[in-house]
Amino acid sequence: MVNKYMIDAEHVVAQLNQGRLFDFSGGVHPPQQKSLSNTTPINTIQEPPVLYIPIKQHIGTQGNICVVVGQHVAKGEALTQSSNPFSVPVHASTSGIIKAITQHPSAHPSGIPEMTITLEPDGQAQWQLMPLLTDYTKVEQVVLLERICQAGITGLGGAGFPTHLKSNPQKPVECLIINGVECEPYISSDDRIMREHAWQIKQGIDILRHIVKPKQIIIAVEDNKPQALDALKTACLEDNGITITSVPTKYPSGGEKQLIQILTGEEVPHDGLPIDIGCLMYNVGTCFAIADAVLHGKALVQRVVTLTGQALAQPQNVWALLGTPISHLLDIAHYDPSKQLVKKVIMGGPMMGFTAVNDTVPVVKITNCLLVPDKQELPDIEDERACIRCGLCAEACPAGLLPQQLFWHSKAKEYDKAQAYNLDACIECGACAYVCPSEIPLVHYYRKAKTDIKHIALEKEKSEKARERFETRQARLLADKQAREEKHRLAAEARKKTMDNKGNDAKDKIAAALARAKAKRAAAQNNPPTDSDK
Amino acid sequence: MQFSLSSSPHNRVRRDTGQVMRMVCYACIPGVLAQTWFFGWGTIIQITLAMLTAVVTEATILELRKKNVSRGIRDYSAVLTALLLGICLPPLAPWWLVVIGTFFSIAIVKQLYGGLGFNMFNPAMTGYVVLLISFPISMSAWLPVQTMAQTSFGLFDALSLIFTGFTQTGYNLAQLQLGIDGITQATPLDAVRTGLLSGMTYSETLSATIFSSDWGWSYGWSNVALAYLFGGLVLLQQRIINWQMPFSMLLGVILTAGFLSMLAPDQTGSIIYHLFSGAVMFGAFFIVTDPVSGSTTDKGRIIFGLLIGFWTVIIRTYGGYPDAVAFAVVIMNIAVPLIDYYTQPRVYGHKS
Repeated sequence: MVNKYMIDAEHVVAQLNQGRLFDFSGGVHPPQQKSLSNTTPINTIQEPPVLYIPIKQHIGTQGNICVVVGQHVAKGEALTQSSNPFSVPVHASTSGIIKAITQHPSAHPSGIPEMTITLEPDGQAQWQLMPLLTDYTKVEQVVLLERICQAGITGLGGAGFPTHLKSNPQKPVECLIINGVECEPYISSDDRIMREHAWQIKQGIDILRHIVKPKQIIIAVEDNKPQALDALKTACLEDNGITITSVPTKYPSGGEKQLIQILTGEEVPHDGLPIDIGCLMYNVGTCFAIADAVLHGKALVQRVVTLTGQALAQPQNVWALLGTPISHLLDIAHYDPSKQLVKKVIMGGPMMGFTAVNDTVPVVKITNCLLVPDKQELPDIEDERACIRCGLCAEACPAGLLPQQLFWHSKAKEYDKAQAYNLDACIECGACAYVCPSEIPLVHYYRKAKTDIKHIALEKEKSEKARERFETRQARLLADKQAREEKHRLAAEARKKTMDNKGNDAKDKIAAALARAKAKRAAAQNNPPTDSDK
Repeated sequence: MQFSLSSSPHNRVRRDTGQVMRMVCYACIPGVLAQTWFFGWGTIIQITLAMLTAVVTEATILELRKKNVSRGIRDYSAVLTALLLGICLPPLAPWWLVVIGTFFSIAIVKQLYGGLGFNMFNPAMTGYVVLLISFPISMSAWLPVQTMAQTSFGLFDALSLIFTGFTQTGYNLAQLQLGIDGITQATPLDAVRTGLLSGMTYSETLSATIFSSDWGWSYGWSNVALAYLFGGLVLLQQRIINWQMPFSMLLGVILTAGFLSMLAPDQTGSIIYHLFSGAVMFGAFFIVTDPVSGSTTDKGRIIFGLLIGFWTVIIRTYGGYPDAVAFAVVIMNIAVPLIDYYTQPRVYGHKS
């Protein structure tokens, strides 16, 4: 069924070599603002005084904490462990003492506290490396997957899906796609890592090539990053198996589904995964981390974070240790709160990022940017106005949805209708709300609707289970009752029978007695005591 | 340090509903100027009256509905509705006509349905249709361009006529309308209609003074249509409106008029006549493009436009009224939910 849409890697690459790209419907062109942060090299910064390391920074299940308060840990030492395949460990981002294991505000729109390990660095940054797998081509794939998992690597592009799970496809991989598009405005962390570490990214790609055995490898970079493109081209100069493509700047061309469409012209089936059409996609940062884990034995303890926005005096890219509270990064970039009307820090870009609840929120594996806009830059909206059905949202939607209908039904809580308009296909890219002249926070409504739908489904499942339980119990009770009644009935019958039998005896006795009496009387009459009648 | 929270996206295009509505108003200026040039000050007076009525009505009802009044007014939708209705009304129609029409448009058609965004029908056109049906005589109070040119008919004559029914020199509208040759044929659509009904052929009707060429171009009227076309193209260039609705409506007119004139050559007007008479140009760019009451899907917009063009020519040719854009729009407004339902775009990952 899905094989019908399987792409042909050779054909795709031939097309790319001819300069043939496809387009996805919709999309927007927000101001890029990349030059704010991408002109200086990635800065290596001093360690923060304290690190807050959430024990779950990926999609999946969390591991079990394997350290105790007061314990000294080395840089790269695992803090959690689990045998669950959906779990990846988190590591001590530097050497130091475990100060606490408590709830701490999360790097999540809700800021809901989550289990977090507080680490106080000792200033030594003493590494505990894993054994190097320098000659990885001679190592079994499963060993490499295990290493990727143990190094705590998850997709660094934004989703945070465990990389070892993705790298074990059960279907043939036609195209391995390396995503260096970075289409969100402002963010330049991938741009800088490609410019400065193209060689290590290439090493990561080689490792992936060894693991997933793709027919072709494509690296895609948006055409607003010519230096990154050049650096990758230089790194891959002697490798004929890699095709490097520049794709037109348009948001959200870096979305997994959109990029696949741009490169191959094919769409990922709505009920499937990229692998169903033969594609696997990795972010450039993930490739870098894989090379670090395999060739240098380093667990994932840091990532590039773009610090940008007009309220920062020194926007830049930094190597931030995972768990660094954002206050530390704001200090480094010289945050000026007076430039903001309301204090606000966006984690991520202006289109899909979320606002941090306070300045102790830590950098996690998926944190690619801190955007601190000044008061004119990204002004808060007034209340939404009525939808005038202008349809600009539908033109902007990269998923081909009708956002105004989704909004209408989501707002009215008509979730079955919202689902009929394919609410599930919404990737929450924000293009619709970006163009909306009525300033309706459309994505907010969709998120709310999706959460409610999930909740309703969960409730339904629960009540279904409860109902099943209830019905089983009822059936059992009924069966018991019936059995009991049957027993009673049988007992009653037996009793009745005995009763009847006894009754008959009695009647017989009476009858016998009567008969005896009768016989006696008859005998008395037949045998008169005198002969006088004769 | 606690931070303020907001929902993504944090960036937005800085073009809000109010700006969109104002842009449409500005794009009407060339047309309004042309209309004033050819038909006198009446149009300006009607528009002013309509806008005043609209703003007062809108504010009153928003107040009654306990909504934010100034915010409601600042979306300029009421002003735009008033402008569009004012443009459509005969320049010298009595003042109460425009007041009733505008009140109906804003209060009944828009606010009673829930205000901006919830009205099923195009407010300006529904107001126009109500007036046309209720006050047919007053709604035909157009003066021939030639009369305007020949008499020195100024602002005060127009004001006086609109508010008192008589010009400063004591003429009433009917007398002015009668014109030089004694035949009422104020508009090209009227002229052709009257002509065809009285047994003339289409080409014969073109000999009337109102037409300046034998391919259906009428002096004044067609120039005004051209001015609205220009304004409409500006809107298109500014990406305020989509190409689908205006062009498909014009295509609908062209196809239907072309077909009918092939079928019965001298019984119906030419394509140029249909395109550049009455409200077709104005309607294509300023009326059918009303987003609220129109279709929202790409395919739907094309169907919506095509059918409006179709109905316009059909009603003009066979119906009881000379022009029909308003009727066509209102008819198609009813069909919008149906059109939208059946023209949903294909969603990513869903193979057809």
